[in-house]
Amino acid sequence: MRRLAKSGYVFWIALFAITWALSTFSFALYKALDARWIIRFPKQWQLELDGKISTFLDWLVESAGFYFFSFRDLTRAIAAVIEAPYQFFRNLLIEGFSSGIGETATQILPSLSWIAVIVCVTAIGRYARNWKLAGLVGACFLYLAVFGQWESAMITLASILIAVPIGVVGGGFLGIAAYRFEWVNRALRPILDLMQTVPVFAYLVPILILFGFGPVAALVATVIYAMPPMVRITIISLQSVPDELLEAGRMAGCTQRQIMWKVLVPSATPTLMVGVNQVIMLSLNMVIIASMIGAGGLGFDVLASLRRLDIGGGIEAGLAIVVMAIALDRASQAFAERKYQAALTGNFFQRHPLAVSALLVVLGTSALGVVIPAIQTYPDSWSVTTGPFWTDAMKWVNINFFDAFEAIKVVILQWLLLPVKGFFSGIPWAWGIIAMGLIGWRVGGWTLGLMAVLMMAFIAASGLWAKAMVTIYLCGVSVFIATVIGIPLGIWAAEKPRAGKIILGFMDTLQTLPSFVYLIPVIMLFRVGDFSAMIAVVLYALAPAVRYAAHGLREVPEQIIEAGLMAGCTPRQILRRIKLPLATPHLLLGLNQTTMLALSMLVITALVGTRDLGQEVYIALTKANAGAGIVAGLSVAFIAIIADRVVNALAEKQRKRLGL
Amino acid sequence: MKYLSIAAAALLSATPALAQESSDPIKLTLHDWSGQLVTTTIMGEVLKEAGYNIEYVQADYIAQFAGLKTGDLHVAMEIWETTGREAMDEAFATGNVVNLGETGMMAIEEWWYPKYMEERCPGLPNWEALKDCADAFSTAETAPFGRYLGGPVTWGGFDEERVEALGLDFEVIHAGTDAALFAELEAAYQRQDPIMLWIYSPHWAPAKYEGSFVEFPPYSPECYDDPSVGLNPDAAYDCGKPTGPIWKVAWAGLADKWPNAAKTIENFNIDNAAMGAMVAEVDLNGKSVDETVAEWMAANTDTWSSWIVK
Repeated sequence: MRRLAKSGYVFWIALFAITWALSTFSFALYKALDARWIIRFPKQWQLELDGKISTFLDWLVESAGFYFFSFRDLTRAIAAVIEAPYQFFRNLLIEGFSSGIGETATQILPSLSWIAVIVCVTAIGRYARNWKLAGLVGACFLYLAVFGQWESAMITLASILIAVPIGVVGGGFLGIAAYRFEWVNRALRPILDLMQTVPVFAYLVPILILFGFGPVAALVATVIYAMPPMVRITIISLQSVPDELLEAGRMAGCTQRQIMWKVLVPSATPTLMVGVNQVIMLSLNMVIIASMIGAGGLGFDVLASLRRLDIGGGIEAGLAIVVMAIALDRASQAFAERKYQAALTGNFFQRHPLAVSALLVVLGTSALGVVIPAIQTYPDSWSVTTGPFWTDAMKWVNINFFDAFEAIKVVILQWLLLPVKGFFSGIPWAWGIIAMGLIGWRVGGWTLGLMAVLMMAFIAASGLWAKAMVTIYLCGVSVFIATVIGIPLGIWAAEKPRAGKIILGFMDTLQTLPSFVYLIPVIMLFRVGDFSAMIAVVLYALAPAVRYAAHGLREVPEQIIEAGLMAGCTPRQILRRIKLPLATPHLLLGLNQTTMLALSMLVITALVGTRDLGQEVYIALTKANAGAGIVAGLSVAFIAIIADRVVNALAEKQRKRLGL
Repeated sequence: MKYLSIAAAALLSATPALAQESSDPIKLTLHDWSGQLVTTTIMGEVLKEAGYNIEYVQADYIAQFAGLKTGDLHVAMEIWETTGREAMDEAFATGNVVNLGETGMMAIEEWWYPKYMEERCPGLPNWEALKDCADAFSTAETAPFGRYLGGPVTWGGFDEERVEALGLDFEVIHAGTDAALFAELEAAYQRQDPIMLWIYSPHWAPAKYEGSFVEFPPYSPECYDDPSVGLNPDAAYDCGKPTGPIWKVAWAGLADKWPNAAKTIENFNIDNAAMGAMVAEVDLNGKSVDETVAEWMAANTDTWSSWIVK
């Protein structure tokens, strides 16, 4: 065992030493041998895939067709099917129903008044759990009205109300198909990986062309981004239904279909609701990007405020998204845990007191709203704004603390960022591919090694090697810092439940707050550059590191801690010798998630001005070059997939070693 | 609503004034900067006065071309020569997008510095002053070179070449978006810290912050194309940046579906000064776009009614 461990170290040290030497001397080597191919991938070997992809997409959009209709007719028909209910929700929540166009339009029915919407969501909260939840959900929506975000929030809510059901039902069916048929499962897995890791910017242009410009294209992009967790969770939850239950179903003579819908799905429902929750959260994450292609709503407000450098306005609109996320998240979780309740008896009104009273309020406010406008629309003069406060606070921090920040920044730049950047960008591409393969092989066997080699070779052959190295460097440094900060925070949260509540709540906020909101203040304090990008990435990717660390420590079995106490361990020894080693698989999963988030955030930090793959994707988007965007997006995805597989393999190894 | 309205329109056989033109809404795109919102709202209001139905659609500046090509969107009121050239050329080449002429506004872009820098670098705005005081613009990362914050890489601008050709000791850093550009300016301005950056006009920044554009040798096409022209005989780009018109761009089908509306849009014309005043109202005085446009419409009835083609 010990010898094995030793040889393991030798492998890693040797690998690092060779890489370091090659990285340091690659330039000298190229000069000495006059072999430029060492540092630059030869142009004549490049794949030039982007042109081919663009041509293929043009063909798909312009001329691909079935017998009676073209491919675009098909996607446009799908768009029309999605648009109808979306328009209905928009009319219901904010615009009102009317006939006629433009100036000549006459209103038939008003939209729900703000009071009616708040009462309805409160009733839903009460129905899902209790009055406490009802109060929370109601207060969240009241916040939207009081802070003057109502109209935008309702537009965003309308798109969430469409995107989430599509994501949940679609994801659920795909998951069921994958559970029933192994080949579906096999085919789906790489697709899901790509859906989760290819940056949204990369496929925005093709979606716009196929589904038309506007909210529907944004909805499609949202569904693509938010659906994968639902599929995965459906598969896992169906697989984890106990065999005895299935057996019982078969004994009772159920058909395949009955087993699925009467046995499997009901018993998997609690886990399925976790998937629903994920879909809601990810849909809200997409709000900003969706607003870039015509979804409007809160995302647009955030972008427009920041364009004006109205930091306060940006924060308020951003917090409105957080508040909405909290309301939807809590309500959906409550539905997941909802217990069966005895049906009330009596006539219709007595059996459905909530629905009836909500309906009464809806009718009442609609009627009164015609007479008193304040009931229909929340009056502007009642709304509160904290905008000037945030702007002034930012100014104060900027004037008083800039020098301190600058000093810290220079130290970190010189001692961490620049050396690491030099190391990664010096690695010759050929060795980089081999080294990745060796790491993969060492950790997860030859299949992983081969996959890593092929993926890295794809990146090099697309002429993106240098950009990919900058990506790995920025992402690596950010993940390192996020881990260094996040794990202690997680330990603290696990050891002290009261502090934990605050820390985890703060992490939730950081994750749902659109990153644009803090991107601008970060630039104001740290200027355009890699350092600002790193700060933004760390802020965004911190949450999983904290959450998994806290979760892992709490999951350590009580008996083992008990045993440690009996053996006379101090609290410190318990933490270091028992809890942390046992929590390693969880810590590694946290690392995995942190890496994924960091990579997805790098695409956003392109807006700061980094020169990595994210920037490449963004440039392709602004030039509407679909092919180049997809190639760069795939490169990001490949880095993410390699990182994911390597860390998962490490976690698996550790789990086996611990006998978990 | 859309479906109901189409049905209603069919029943009422459209309004008589527009018998020959479609009563479908004309879709105008809105972006995320106030000047564009003002321009587009003026156009939309004028078209409404002329009896058309209007729909505003929020869209990304570049991504909107995908919609203009397919006819999902109809009119984009501000495409800047300086930042939108490539996208425009690509779209015009497909034949599905057409140019409806200039808006009358000129885009200016150039190196810009706040007024307090004139004390620290006497001789500005003449560019030759920068030869001696590049270090006044330096930061820890770029010292001893000055730091020049350029626009996003996609804007082009040839700043690296300009620095080289004019022998300036500046390092060019590219911001990722223009929000990043102005965030840095705001922060530096609050601290009265040195900064030199790419600014364009019409924009609220030159109105909000005191400062001026650097005066480089004037631009000429030859200066960009021919190294021998200009101060440096061996290098091109040894001059300032070109100014360029802001264009109106539309879906090619617009003129068939709404012929008179297309002509009305072509007639739209407004100058930098009028626009700058309205942008300042919105961004600095906190007025809403609709309010500002309504005031302008009331004060300039003759101007906009002359655009309308019946």
